[in-house]
Amino acid sequence: MNQITLSKLGRAILTTAVITAATNGAQAANVSDEVVRIGVMTDMSGLYAAQNGPGSVEAVKMAVEDFGGKVLGKPIEVISANHQNKADTASSLAREWFSDGKVDMIGNLGPSHTALAVAQRAEASNRIAISTGAATTRLTNEECTPNSVHYVYDTYAMANGTAHALVEQGKKTWTFITVDYVFGRDLERDAIAVVESNGGEVLSKLSHPLKTSDFTSQMLTAQASGAEVIALANAGGDTINAIMTASEFNITTSNQTVAALVLFLSDVHSLGLETAQGLMLTTAWYWDLSNETRKWAERFLERTNSMPSDAQAGDYSSTLHYLRAVEAAGTDEASAVMAKMKSMPINDMFATNGQIREDGRMVHDMYLAQVKTPAESKRTWDYFDIIATIPAEDAFQPISKGNCRLVTDTE
Amino acid sequence: MNRTIVFYVILFLAAMVAPVVLYPFLLMELLCFALFASAFNLLLGYAGLLSFGHAAFFGMAAYISSILMRDYGWPIEFGLLASVLGSALLGLVFGWIAIRRSGIYFAMITLALAQAVYFLAVQGSGITGGDDGLHGVPRGNFFGLLDLSEPLILYYFVLGVFIGAFWLIQRIVHSPFGLILKAVRDNEPRAISLGYDVGHYKLLVFVLSAALAGLAGSLKSIVFQLASLSDVHWHTSGEVILMTLLGGMGTIFGPLVGAGIVVTFKHSLAQGILAESLPIVMGFLFVVCVLVFRRGVVGEVQAFLKSRSGNGIERDVPLEPPQPKVSMKRRR
Amino acid sequence: MDEIFGFPPQLLLAQIFMGLINGSFYAVLSLGLAVIFGLLRIINFSHGAMYMLGAFSAWFGLQYLGINYWLALILSPLAVGVFGLLIERTMLRRIRHVDHLYGLLLTFGIALILEGAFVHFFGVAGQRYPTPDALQGGINLGFMFLPYYRAWVIIASVVICLGTWLIIERTKIGAYLRAGTENPDMVQAFGINVPLMTSLTYGFGVALSAFAGVLAAPLVSVSPYMGSNLIIVVFAVVVIGGMGSLLGAVITGLALGVIEGLTKVFYSEAAGLVIFMIMIIVLLVRPAGLFGRPE
Repeated sequence: MNQITLSKLGRAILTTAVITAATNGAQAANVSDEVVRIGVMTDMSGLYAAQNGPGSVEAVKMAVEDFGGKVLGKPIEVISANHQNKADTASSLAREWFSDGKVDMIGNLGPSHTALAVAQRAEASNRIAISTGAATTRLTNEECTPNSVHYVYDTYAMANGTAHALVEQGKKTWTFITVDYVFGRDLERDAIAVVESNGGEVLSKLSHPLKTSDFTSQMLTAQASGAEVIALANAGGDTINAIMTASEFNITTSNQTVAALVLFLSDVHSLGLETAQGLMLTTAWYWDLSNETRKWAERFLERTNSMPSDAQAGDYSSTLHYLRAVEAAGTDEASAVMAKMKSMPINDMFATNGQIREDGRMVHDMYLAQVKTPAESKRTWDYFDIIATIPAEDAFQPISKGNCRLVTDTE
Repeated sequence: MNRTIVFYVILFLAAMVAPVVLYPFLLMELLCFALFASAFNLLLGYAGLLSFGHAAFFGMAAYISSILMRDYGWPIEFGLLASVLGSALLGLVFGWIAIRRSGIYFAMITLALAQAVYFLAVQGSGITGGDDGLHGVPRGNFFGLLDLSEPLILYYFVLGVFIGAFWLIQRIVHSPFGLILKAVRDNEPRAISLGYDVGHYKLLVFVLSAALAGLAGSLKSIVFQLASLSDVHWHTSGEVILMTLLGGMGTIFGPLVGAGIVVTFKHSLAQGILAESLPIVMGFLFVVCVLVFRRGVVGEVQAFLKSRSGNGIERDVPLEPPQPKVSMKRRR
Repeated sequence: MDEIFGFPPQLLLAQIFMGLINGSFYAVLSLGLAVIFGLLRIINFSHGAMYMLGAFSAWFGLQYLGINYWLALILSPLAVGVFGLLIERTMLRRIRHVDHLYGLLLTFGIALILEGAFVHFFGVAGQRYPTPDALQGGINLGFMFLPYYRAWVIIASVVICLGTWLIIERTKIGAYLRAGTENPDMVQAFGINVPLMTSLTYGFGVALSAFAGVLAAPLVSVSPYMGSNLIIVVFAVVVIGGMGSLLGAVITGLALGVIEGLTKVFYSEAAGLVIFMIMIIVLLVRPAGLFGRPE
């Protein structure tokens, strides 16, 4: 829609607005540079583009349209950029957006390392970063900031849902295949905590770099370990490749269970039900939950040609929530808006009584699902069977167990 | 001579006032890459050696200074020094192995060695942070005097380092050593017959180039407070080749112009509809450069000026790049 | 004996087998590079992109045109070969008389364009290519479950490598080619169309690469960057083997694949590095490569 062009970069840095925290009542709209700018920073073409990417930009635009295109009488502008899954690109883009592009809120921010980089920048510039695509729990623990929100899922919630369910089925011995960056390591750590606290045992841990195409070595080693569960602590394309290899070597149909700790609708779509059937997963949202979700999802499908992922639904919901908070605060100044975002409950097609905690974690119900068999599926995108709802209070890491400095400060 | 001085003064003044008009971080990124490309040009333009692995020095130095400054609290001046020494040492190892072959083999060997460094960075995620990179590198004070967290002060600091390094490169190029390098580039057998220890000179220029590339890398990590895998990735090696080629290899200002073009492209594309097509544009620039534009922007301008004035200004780049010095092995 | 050096023999044998499969790809790709290098004296940096193109064209053919795997195995290399021929005609030919490093840079640029274009249209996520029905399933060898398709990859690679070697060493066309490598002007003087031969050689070289791409399609997800990381390893393979002999390229490729597989068992962290380490050692001991002749 609206792209920041180079000419805008030419604007004097010296004019970088120093925004005062003054909130002059709701009617005196206090909007910096007369426009509320939302930047969607995402992976447009990489490993995680299917569950974020252009669809996230579209979701944010839908939210802006549904909100009416204006807040406090000022126009809302949506810009987008591709961080190419690089933390440094994300960091420098955010710096530029905040200082020169005067972006008020940056959304999506998946995967984890880009979210962490941008959260830091948001705090430094006192703007808002809402991460829907990232999973690391660090965002609400050691690296929490007063300016960032973690909206959709995190490694704790994912591991908790799936690992818990499998250990309860009596699968006690585990081998992990983990992607070697902050997200994978956190996911592995959180899952191991669940497995061990429920009497399970971890036999071995294997790792692989991001964007691995050949998983034969890891799969053969995992197979030889004799573990009952081969847990995949990775995401997106890596998970797809690992599952394909497992199915090729007959591991999926043997007595070993392959568990993808993070599996998205788009992953199942690209794996096909034949290969993916029976996999257990934890999801923050599914398009076929209720009439409301179905209605929104169909609109999204029409615009993008694919069903929304939980992250994309989160992009819509978080943008709407942000705009409501701006309206309630009467300004786009970050700390005032953040105070409203944290005090207002979230009730929309994404969450029921969702709440943003002190540490920036948005807590809401999560769902345990199983991938349908080809016979059970009635149409394309009809992939998940929701087995159980994990209530918000159990789904996420309790705030008391976390170590966010914002929380300890108040105690 | 006078004209040259005027030119430099204008350039210097432009650099001094640039942050008023342009975003300082963009300028600093430009300076870092201009230095990187100049260091690379020292090797390719003046010694005729195409390294496809310069990202290794750039990225390694970024890691070294980030770790020392962030985790060990080293002050910036020692951080920079250590990373330059570190990349020089790595350059010595690379050079020692790679100069055994020349031409295309040299390019492939440096690429493979750099890929090995990349793998090490991926594997050693405990130290390098793997795909997360190293964030939050403190900038600190330069000799306890300059507060580098101020963007403008940081800019002038980076500019100062750049000018110093650029001056050094100029000196190297115009020194007797630089002349010998050009002799080696243009006619290696002749240089050997004149009694020069060619291998020795190649190794020395390789180490110098690596050290300066390292300086650029650690500067970049200080500016962006970040060292990451993309600094060591072969894409970065490709980028620096493109900058040098585009600007004009073997010219003093070519790498600066090339870096300017590529960095500007990167920035304008990152936010546009063409966000995903940066590699396409880069590839296209490569193809165009190689097919019709081998002298690069500065080289073409110089050639044009020369053809107009008709006298023999000293040309840094041969009109048609030298024929391969590799005597290709014959099959059977 | 339950264990070899503390490792279950099943795992050891399985990794050797998997190494052999990776080695097959190294062999076919480095063979293609060697063929091209022979006549054009350039290292084809877009070789990885051509491999990707082979896999993608097979996927595209199956998805939209109903071309099955076996047909794709012939048609994709042909199509990519023609594409390569065009590249040689329109671009590489124009830089024949400048430093061969420009060839490397040009093909690097082409690789960036191709990869970028595929990222633009298909994303990085990767497409699935189903294993052909005839090769579904596998056989239990006792030490491992060997999917039929993987066995087929080894056989097909070895056959294509031997075939290429026979053509070049034992046929008349091959003789012209070898002569052209030695002295193009002389061959031209004998009335042989050397420029055509050059184009065909480049086309053939990239067709080999595309063949490897089709072979790989059902094993890995078909994605734009599938070739670029592989090709750097193949460069190291080429440096180790030396460009001197076609058979040398094939043997080096297979052997390094196996060594890499073994490393995965004993010290998996070093698996990505082992080929580069070998390259360094070979360069120190024998700078021209194992099968190369000194410059």
